[in-house]
Amino acid sequence: MSCILQVEKLVKHFGTVEAVNGVSFTIERGTCFGLLGPNGAGKTTTVEMMEGILPSTSGSIQYKGAPADETFRDEAGIMFQETSLQEFIQVGETLELFSRFYSHTRPLDELIERCALGEYLDRDVRKLSGGQRQRLLLAIALVNDPEIVFLDEPTTGLDPQARRNFWQLVNDIKQEQKTLVLTTHYMEEAYELCDEIAIMDHGRIIAQGSPRALLKKHFDNSVILLPANEVPETLDQDPRLKLHRMNGQVEILSEDVNATIDLLMAQRIPLTHLQIRSRTLEDLFLELTGRGLRS
Amino acid sequence: MRFKRFIAVLSARNLEFIRDRSALSWNIVLPVLIVFGFAFAFTTSSQDLFKVGVYDQQKQAPTVEAFLKLKHIQFITVEALETAITKVERHQLDMLLDSSSGSYWINDSSANGYMLEQLLKRPGDTTLNKQTVTGDAIRYVDWLIPGVLGMNIMFSSLFGVGYVIVRYRKNGVLKRLKATPLTAFEFLSAQVVSRLWLIVAVTSLVYAGTDLLVGFRMYGSYLSLLLVLVLGTFSMICLSLIVAARLSNEETANGILNLVSWPMMMLSGVWFSLEGSPDIIQQLALIFPLTHMIQAARAIMIDGDGLLQVTDHILILIIMSVVFMTIGARSFKWE
Ligand SMILES: Nc1ncnc2c1ncn2[C@@H]1O[C@H](COP(=O)(O)OP(=O)(O)OP(=O)(O)O)[C@@H](O)[C@H]1O
Ligand SMILES: [Mg+2]
Repeated sequence: MSCILQVEKLVKHFGTVEAVNGVSFTIERGTCFGLLGPNGAGKTTTVEMMEGILPSTSGSIQYKGAPADETFRDEAGIMFQETSLQEFIQVGETLELFSRFYSHTRPLDELIERCALGEYLDRDVRKLSGGQRQRLLLAIALVNDPEIVFLDEPTTGLDPQARRNFWQLVNDIKQEQKTLVLTTHYMEEAYELCDEIAIMDHGRIIAQGSPRALLKKHFDNSVILLPANEVPETLDQDPRLKLHRMNGQVEILSEDVNATIDLLMAQRIPLTHLQIRSRTLEDLFLELTGRGLRS
Repeated sequence: MRFKRFIAVLSARNLEFIRDRSALSWNIVLPVLIVFGFAFAFTTSSQDLFKVGVYDQQKQAPTVEAFLKLKHIQFITVEALETAITKVERHQLDMLLDSSSGSYWINDSSANGYMLEQLLKRPGDTTLNKQTVTGDAIRYVDWLIPGVLGMNIMFSSLFGVGYVIVRYRKNGVLKRLKATPLTAFEFLSAQVVSRLWLIVAVTSLVYAGTDLLVGFRMYGSYLSLLLVLVLGTFSMICLSLIVAARLSNEETANGILNLVSWPMMMLSGVWFSLEGSPDIIQQLALIFPLTHMIQAARAIMIDGDGLLQVTDHILILIIMSVVFMTIGARSFKWE
């Protein structure tokens, strides 16, 4: 595999705000690269520097081995976290407008069908629902049949159904060997779509790898959940159990589930409501940053 | 510059303008209403003062001496006979008197001229030499039309381009365009051309409409008028590019545009002639492109001047356009 985008020691300061503090990574052609992080982590800033929208304070970005130039803008598809489109222009006209900016474009009919926009072609862009709007913005990002697609939090604000549909669209794009750069707050989304994930916080990358590799590296344990009122507080200090209480539940981290359950039974704790789950990226994130992703 | 991209932005902007009903009607209805209102306000109140142009006041023939002492007549010294005669033709002067030779000119359709003639002529006096000219009165509305058209063009140029670009920048439309291969030059020229031809179209419509309603004088060539209006429009659109180059706050843009447009509206001679105002005001007015456009348009419409006679204004408008455009385009930022 060859590398399509290379980011090195990228830094961006807004006055005294150090939004991005020296991030480096490479993105392989045909993969989906995910930037994960809480609000204000520096995801949008990083992505917008890669897109050539924001100038960097220092560091380098290479597209196909050279600094981005006009060909980059012709070959990249971009979906911003927030975009406003020209008013009084309809959906179909907007697609037409953007398609005329590029030297190479995808047939609009196919794009319209794929993004399920057929019903709304004559509608003013201001009168779309959130999900319809996201699909239009995605269609605009794809209008030039891009080699690399940047999606900045594309599913924020969508209902679960719409989010799944959107994932399907993104998966279709992946099938075409396009390179994707995605930022998100949603772990399931990163897990579902990304081949490589970089977790960002305070402008730095604090962990990177494939979703599986990340989990494997950081976790070889599971979580056992019990209702808090069924676990006496005397157990909180028990050195054999890594136990903490939250939201009316008790979470016990366990490397050996059988041994832990034996121990709980010996303490005569009712296990009727016991749940076991393997640890997720969400847990990883909590552990790495010490805070919740969506809080 | 890719022509395809330019055309794409141009047609999108045109669609936006045409569909934005409120802006469209404001652009068309307002000037028609102004002209219509003034046409009625001023047809009823004709000036009650007699105006007599006096040529060569040094030597006064004895017969006119008494006449020149009459009260309630405004005597205006004129320098050139030719232009003064034209003023009699247009009822801007009720009478023209060459005080040394005793020749006088009146318009045969002017009641004021007839009254003055009765005052001037003594029975049996043969030293006076009567000359008659013909022509219809230039009403205030004839004079006002170029001003109102100019004012409308000015507001449309400044706000239609400057304010709109700032709004695009504020709500992120420009940022989205920046992410495409579209260049700033393609984008800006599309904005300029779109507004330019829309203004020409709207102005022609307003011109035709007001002409139909009140009917006004046009002594010059339509082509010359068109050229002057296009140049004037272009220069003011370029001026607004400077305002729009960096700002991303609509309120600030609005304030600055008002700061530019109001003095222009007051001082460029839209409503009243600057001829009587202090020299300093007249000089100051010359820094505004609107002044040059209106003065040239009036010269063409009312005096029937050709392009050659308004070359000064045309040259100044061209220079202003180039300067404004260079500053505006150089300092433009998408964000
Ligand atoms: N134009 C700007 N001027 C000043 N500070 C900025 C600017 N843009 C971003 N920042 C700051 O930089 C930091 C990183 O912002 P960024 O938008 O990259 O975060 P993010 O990871 O995309 O967050 P979110 O998940 O909320 O979108 C934040 O602290 C933000 O306040
Ligand atoms: Mg963001």
